[in-house]
Amino acid sequence: MFNKFDVLETIDMIEREHLDIRTITMGISLLPCIGATAEKTAQNVYDTVCGKAKNIVKVAEQLSGEYGIPIVNKRVSVTPVSLIAAPFPHKAGLIGKALDKAAKELDIDFLGGYSALVHKGTADYEKIFIEGIPELLASTERICSSVNIGSSKSGINMDAVKMMGEVVKETAELTKAQDGLGCAKLVVFANAVEDNPFMAGAFHGVGESGTVINVGVSGPGVVKHALENIPDANLNDAAEMIKRTAFKITRAGQLIAKEAAKRLNAEFGIVDLSLAPTPVMGDSVAHILEELGLECVGGHGTTAALAMLNDAVKKGGVMASSHVGGLSGAFIPVSEDIGMIQAAEKGLLHIDKLEAMTAVCSVGLDMIAIPGKTPATTISAIIADEAAIGMINNKTTAVRVIPVPGKDVGDWVEFGGLLGRAPIMPVNTTDSSRFILRGGRIPAPIHSNKN
Amino acid sequence: MRAVVTVTGKDKKGIIAKVSGFLAEKGVNVEDISQTLLQDYFAMIMLVDISDLQMELSELAKECEELGQQIGMSIRLQHEAIFNAMHNI
Repeated sequence: MFNKFDVLETIDMIEREHLDIRTITMGISLLPCIGATAEKTAQNVYDTVCGKAKNIVKVAEQLSGEYGIPIVNKRVSVTPVSLIAAPFPHKAGLIGKALDKAAKELDIDFLGGYSALVHKGTADYEKIFIEGIPELLASTERICSSVNIGSSKSGINMDAVKMMGEVVKETAELTKAQDGLGCAKLVVFANAVEDNPFMAGAFHGVGESGTVINVGVSGPGVVKHALENIPDANLNDAAEMIKRTAFKITRAGQLIAKEAAKRLNAEFGIVDLSLAPTPVMGDSVAHILEELGLECVGGHGTTAALAMLNDAVKKGGVMASSHVGGLSGAFIPVSEDIGMIQAAEKGLLHIDKLEAMTAVCSVGLDMIAIPGKTPATTISAIIADEAAIGMINNKTTAVRVIPVPGKDVGDWVEFGGLLGRAPIMPVNTTDSSRFILRGGRIPAPIHSNKN
Repeated sequence: MRAVVTVTGKDKKGIIAKVSGFLAEKGVNVEDISQTLLQDYFAMIMLVDISDLQMELSELAKECEELGQQIGMSIRLQHEAIFNAMHNI
């Protein structure tokens, strides 16, 4: 018989503290889909995705019912489409639209992988592909796009950084009727990972096998609740408590991942043990930091608290799963976290502090609404700063900012659902264009030479 | 194969009878019961054998939830693996 307190603890975690499996993501290789024409390829892509993932929603609901744990999102990630569309980059949109149609057919909310990997250089077909991203994001509903522009091993492709500033601006412009919503589905990475199950940055890396199940667990509310029980503990004990909690959360993820892989005839890939917030109360990473003793996230001490949280989550999770991967850590998307939204509204959380936080947590500047008038070169400079943090620290960093057309500091933007809402955050208004327009490549750092 | 049934809510008469009667109808055998009463908050945990179950486990979980609504309690049925995973190494 189980310890009854263990049983009740699990039920409390699920019912009151928002413990859930955030996403079951099926990674699908599209490499066998490349045909003689773009039209044929698009058809192959549609058939492959619909075939391999046809039971994903059904199986997720079954598992959710059997284990009594909510599974929030069912998603698909695919091989970076720039590779699939390489022979006919001008027609990459056909493949994007076929994927969008497949996502609707499968009844999944997002499909990721309209992506390009240009961390060392941009091939002609990739340049054409990237230039087409804004149009694709504006004309599809469920497709997510990402571009990797730098890595610790190769440095930062500053020509691509320059281009991505323009792509972000254009995407915002083309989706201005929805306050630049397209940008919420576009991530600019450094050190992108090939097995990330979370959107908008998921894609299926070329080093992966044909069909893989990756699972993202969540549970900021569970961690906060655990800390509430030890309000006066020192940080050794607080870190220990986070670790234990992360262990339990990840074990649930591992169970679901293995079972889902079995039922969907896919390989079990990884469990991503990220603390992913949602805009509802009780599901906030910011509130964990405040529970640790900060008056408000964004204040001095935030970076240290986040570093400890991120590390403890990893330590707890690593032992709980046979394969940990993806981004694994704490996410800090501003518009998706009620505590971050509150801090930004009070003017206590700024982009500079967020940048510092990204040096110690698992992702980057995420879901930040900035003034629509922000020049493309400034957005490129923001991307370059983040990429530099990732490159030097051997970690993934990303930029997902939304320059909201026609809005400025003091205004709000509302994306709805999991994407949340946010006040427009000021950015530094000095000119970085001469730096960005130099182009070229920032060389890989000295510590990348490990061979 | 086993599952854990958890019944929580305000204490009242006949809860065990109703729940175990319902489970017996479905071919589910109760192996162990433990209950706790905190003031008038009642929590019962049953370990049940589901090897002879003729329906999908997720369906039975749904029916348990419905029974709970009828008798004004919260009833959850979950495969034991979730508790094993989270609380045993």
